[in-house]
Amino acid sequence: MSDLNVGDAVPELKVTPDKYLPHRYAGASGDFNPIHIDDEFAKMVGLPRNILHGLYSMGLVAKANAALAGGDPRALKRLSVQFRGMGMPEQEIVVSGTVKSVDGDRVVIDTVAAQGETQIIKNAEAELEL
Amino acid sequence: MPIKTDAVGKEWPAVTYQVGREKIKEYAAALGIDNPVHFDVGAAREAGFRDVVAPPMFAVVYSGPALGPVLFDPEVEMNFAAMVHGGQVFEWGEPVCSGDEISTVPKCLSIEEKGGKGFYVFETVSTNQDGAEVVRGTWTNIVRGV
Repeated sequence: MSDLNVGDAVPELKVTPDKYLPHRYAGASGDFNPIHIDDEFAKMVGLPRNILHGLYSMGLVAKANAALAGGDPRALKRLSVQFRGMGMPEQEIVVSGTVKSVDGDRVVIDTVAAQGETQIIKNAEAELEL
Repeated sequence: MPIKTDAVGKEWPAVTYQVGREKIKEYAAALGIDNPVHFDVGAAREAGFRDVVAPPMFAVVYSGPALGPVLFDPEVEMNFAAMVHGGQVFEWGEPVCSGDEISTVPKCLSIEEKGGKGFYVFETVSTNQDGAEVVRGTWTNIVRGV
């Protein structure tokens, strides 16, 4: 049973990925697309700089939701996201969420990941078994 | 020119991935996840897992490679230069632990044109060595100016 109620805000996760985070994530994930790890290449194709991997930001959304279950990796049953604005290294990411529905031990959290005014992940919906 | 939809419904061969402790640790560390069940086999077993357990989004590590051949398939004919990852869904089943051998089968669910953009939707179904489903992924790639 969970003590969450519809409309409750869940604890925020704040992370500032350092300059080399995209390189570490590339190694960890196997995604070496140069737009994430090569600043010159990124600028050549019209980006402001090398950008974060969308799936890294989704990983932070998963982490923020798993935290509601004390980090238990079994709790997250489903996660659906839309990638929107580009995520930038060296800028704080704030992951915030609101309880959308509660059905017994099944809880759905509406989640957003943002850098300042830019939403980098929107319409994220996490289904947890708590 | 209308968007090419020949690949809709097509399945590609399974790709297998052998899950290891060090790779799970590397992934968890990159995300700043510090639960010892991802790092320490003793802590993982105490929590009821066979071995060091993967965080849910480790799914990208074992299921993502199955999409490589799909994106380069001439029947799909996707313009990479104009492609962005638009959306992602994962639905998890059995937890994935070190020592598991995960097999992932990719399939093309739909290819549609909407407002001058191509929406390419692929599904990956990943099962472990016992045949239990561990994750089902839905990957939406958007190509501008089709």
